[in-house]
Amino acid sequence: MQFKLFGLILLTLFFSLNAGAQNMQNGKKIYEARCLACHQADGGGVPNMNAPLDAASNVVGKDIARLVRIIRNGYNERIALDGFYYSNAMTANPDLKDNEVADLLTYIRNSWSNKASAVTIAQVQAAKKKK
Amino acid sequence: MFKLSNLLLACVFALSVNAQENAGLRLPAGFSATLFADQIGNARHIAITDKGVLFAKLNNANKAGQSIVRMEDTNGDGIAEKISGWGKYGGTGIYVRGNQLYASSDDAVYLYQLDANGEVTNPTAPKTIIQNLHSRRQHASKSITLDPQGNIYVNIGAYSNACQEKDRSVGSKGMMPCPILDSAGGIWKFDGSKANQSYAEGKRYATGLRNVIGLDWNNKTNSLFVTQHGRDQLNTFYPTMYTDAQNAELPAETMYEMKEGDDAGWPYVYYDPFQKKKILSPEYGGDGKLEGGKNALDPLVAFPAHMAPMALLFYKGNQFPAKYKEGAFISFHGSWNRAPLPQEGYFVAFVPFKNGKPAGEWEIFANGFAGADNNKSPRGAKARPCGLAEGPDGSLYVSDDSKGAIFKISFNK
Repeated sequence: MQFKLFGLILLTLFFSLNAGAQNMQNGKKIYEARCLACHQADGGGVPNMNAPLDAASNVVGKDIARLVRIIRNGYNERIALDGFYYSNAMTANPDLKDNEVADLLTYIRNSWSNKASAVTIAQVQAAKKKK
Repeated sequence: MFKLSNLLLACVFALSVNAQENAGLRLPAGFSATLFADQIGNARHIAITDKGVLFAKLNNANKAGQSIVRMEDTNGDGIAEKISGWGKYGGTGIYVRGNQLYASSDDAVYLYQLDANGEVTNPTAPKTIIQNLHSRRQHASKSITLDPQGNIYVNIGAYSNACQEKDRSVGSKGMMPCPILDSAGGIWKFDGSKANQSYAEGKRYATGLRNVIGLDWNNKTNSLFVTQHGRDQLNTFYPTMYTDAQNAELPAETMYEMKEGDDAGWPYVYYDPFQKKKILSPEYGGDGKLEGGKNALDPLVAFPAHMAPMALLFYKGNQFPAKYKEGAFISFHGSWNRAPLPQEGYFVAFVPFKNGKPAGEWEIFANGFAGADNNKSPRGAKARPCGLAEGPDGSLYVSDDSKGAIFKISFNK
């Protein structure tokens, strides 16, 4: 009995870890196709132009809904972030599916020096309702 | 024995000096560099008086709350000992004409008065020469230069990448005609001494320029030369037409001689340095091969894509060897839109000129600003070359707008 339970836990752990890795992989693919050109391979952005994602307080912060909205709608205002300003217009991504936005944010929030919670599809959908 | 220890000491000394040799720059044989100043703030353009007092315009006020920094090397060791500053507004342009100092914000140009020692006499009360120019985030910086008659030329950059209906959006078409060009995307000419001018008092001198940061008046040709930042993201918006590798090399960064009324073709065309043609922009129906811009200028010089030319300076002095006389120095900020391919730039280039025309291929003059092999991303670059100025002794000054270094480059005869 105990063995079975242990096995089940192991199995669940394996699948959830695997799912996490898949989400990261999927997020990476989307990042490279849509984000890397401006935000760069190291997530460092471009001074004065494109905001950094690595070590950026907003990106690893708690306001997931705002991040979801920026990805979906783009951003067309001068943005202040951690004491610097960034001026370039960001492209909207209205065609990304909820699970893709979740994977992309999970990837961004857990790449380079970033370590923050994964983003779930439910959180992405909640952001939509708030709008 | 004594001599040997002295020799050893000398070697150790030479090695330690060597680590900082030429302030970390790589230069042609016979040239040397000093770190004239460091950490002064985001130093954009620089200008120098005929007594060698250097001024830098900062993109943002520095920690001391200054946005114009004055630097003076009082003992001639190549390092500024006397550093002060004033001003609260960020900006890019700065220009010295006799005892007059022009400085720009992102929407205005101000005029300060200097005394015989190169000290500003009206730091809080400059005369507003130009005001209310468009400053719409993208390409907002206002570079300036003057002609010998005292007319001032101001770049008003296009607040757009390619004049799409929706800027930087997949599938959005280019607007026809591009409505931005009536008030931006070109060079405007104003009277350098009149107060409170704006669009109504100025004149659109040249058009079809997406964004010019480097510009200089050439006394030999008596005309204006500019360097343009070419458009971005051909691969992002037209992935079926342009690969990442093609985008990394397209379009060229370009240099033009602009006479009154000239058009460089933005946004309708871009310059392809491989086909050596003006190619119709995909936003306007182009496919990477169709030509366009019949009435637009061809560039005088085409540089690799996305390197971002920040300043242009025609060398007037006698200190550098003869080949540099009347030639053009161009500072390249360093690219970002070559990703995922390695970034390029982060150097000062030189183009030889003869009789007012380019006379040979461009070459890298000063390199190594980004630091040792670290230019994979703009953030990682140690220094990003921006402003250029020529001192009264013919030395060349280069500013860095990331950490705020000023390099002084001299030839040692």
